[in-house]
Amino acid sequence: LPDGAFGLGREAHPEEIAAWDVDVLPDGRGLPPGAGDVETGEELFAESCASCHGDFAEGVGNWPVLAGGFDTLDREDPVKTVGSYWPYLSTAWDYIHRSMPFGEAGTLSADDTYAIVAYILYSNDLVDDDFELSDANFAQVEMHNSDGFIVDDRPETEYPAWRAEPCMQECKDEARITMRSVFLVGTPPEGGSESI
Amino acid sequence: MDGFFKPSRRAFLRGGAAMAAGGAAGAVAAESAPDPLITELQDWASYTGVGVDEVPYGMPIEFESHVVRRNVEWLTASPISSINFTPIHALEGTITPQGCAFERHHSGAISLRKEDYRLMINGLVERPLVFSYADLERFPRETHVYFCECAANTGMEWAGAQLNGAQFTHGMIHNMEYTGIPLRALLREAGADMSSDKWVYVEGADASSNGRSIPMEKALDDVLVAFKANGEALRLEHGYPVRLVVPGWEGNMWVKWLRRIEVLDRAVESREETSKYTDVLEDGTARKWTWVMDAKSVITSPSPQMPIPHGPGPLVISGLAWSGHGRIARVDVSRDGGITWEAARLGRQGDSKALTRFYLDIDWDGAPMLLQARAMDETGYVQPTKEQLREVRGENSVYHNNCIQTWYVNAEGIAENVETS
Repeated sequence: LPDGAFGLGREAHPEEIAAWDVDVLPDGRGLPPGAGDVETGEELFAESCASCHGDFAEGVGNWPVLAGGFDTLDREDPVKTVGSYWPYLSTAWDYIHRSMPFGEAGTLSADDTYAIVAYILYSNDLVDDDFELSDANFAQVEMHNSDGFIVDDRPETEYPAWRAEPCMQECKDEARITMRSVFLVGTPPEGGSESI
Repeated sequence: MDGFFKPSRRAFLRGGAAMAAGGAAGAVAAESAPDPLITELQDWASYTGVGVDEVPYGMPIEFESHVVRRNVEWLTASPISSINFTPIHALEGTITPQGCAFERHHSGAISLRKEDYRLMINGLVERPLVFSYADLERFPRETHVYFCECAANTGMEWAGAQLNGAQFTHGMIHNMEYTGIPLRALLREAGADMSSDKWVYVEGADASSNGRSIPMEKALDDVLVAFKANGEALRLEHGYPVRLVVPGWEGNMWVKWLRRIEVLDRAVESREETSKYTDVLEDGTARKWTWVMDAKSVITSPSPQMPIPHGPGPLVISGLAWSGHGRIARVDVSRDGGITWEAARLGRQGDSKALTRFYLDIDWDGAPMLLQARAMDETGYVQPTKEQLREVRGENSVYHNNCIQTWYVNAEGIAENVETS
């Protein structure tokens, strides 16, 4: 049988597609109708999010920081947050709605998600405290780092230079150790080892 | 240590003199006394072993209990969204045993029965379809060997030498023989719009979903919807019962527990291709869609977890090389930190976009070494040094670190992760 003629599978019902196809595109396609404001978002965030991400989305312990970090991307330790780094608001809405809270994913309603996203925008000083986010005004929100990304340019910036016959002999004058591993792992004794 | 100098300045350190010294050991001397393991009857040569009905599905012998996945707790906030490492230092050949092949989950390894499994294909298709697992087993199959390397493999090493062992610096990788269906067969079955400006969004059944966008050209080329690895069903932690195999591309795109394939007119720009798996450059801009894993290699032994146990004389240098661009054409090895290189022997020519094993058999004179390997692929791409990578990218890329690795091996045969000038 040629591809396309196996007759395997069955047609998907609209309800099935609606249940699973919940992705939201950068242009807003896929957003359900709904709305939520900063104040509602703050309450929801305190309830469901702040134990990991902090009351102000600033992060707790090793958990992700969602706010701040503006203008750190060219520094030694960039702070990459929804505010400082993420190019599209659609991604925040889609990811929170689909995969958060961690351990209870998929439990937020559309309105809950609009409110939480509004609060995260507020935490990043991108909107005022009376802001309400909805499917209608979603496209008007400007993200700080929307122009911060380029498509993979290795084919121009790396491959031409690194597709050259390499040196085999007397390639440099000397080789000195400039840095040793910071975290030492014990050599595994017979039968097993303790890792780091 | 004094450092290593090119032959024109310190010729006596290297080359013929070293080989002669090692070779001078000559004939093997007798042990001082007969070996009781030979002269005395051993239990295993007299009593019986276990029967064939003892172990229906076996585990490695207890003496190999060190050949296991390891975790580095402080790398991530939670072991549920985390990584562990394949013990590549202790493995040989090219096929990774599934039981110790690394794991990377974003919301844990889920348990999904074949009976509960559904795969949906929707979007820009003539017929949105739902497949059961049994449906998938009725499509014509293909079998291929490919490496799956996490985009973050060696990522902790950008700013310097950090973790002391090939397992930890290079172990976010496995290499398996997959059986599955070409993705293009499912796209055709649904009557998908397969024009070149279209995209395929794939997501998993787990809470994280791990959705990623794949350009149509790749989807039609060599992407597999796989349900077997190394001859048997996928392991739970590797996506049972169905995962995506995306040859040569970063491991994040190998979506596990695959539940949906959507044809779109643009990339979704999901969390895993904006916040994560984008590579910050020195000026603060970031590369996105850095899909291919470039040519890379590592010496697995000697290495920090594999010291030389036997002193001077014959020594096997063993390692792995791979490239997302195709086959490995050559691997060079240096013993002096990159001043001098010699071509290694390919122990097994790997398939395209699969691990290749290489060897260099030397007569070690007991002098310290700065061991490096340098892979070349069939496109002529030569694995760069970390300095070359940093010149283009800075130190904050997180992902795609395919730099040449250096192990300092001292006179006792102990190896350490270092950087060299």
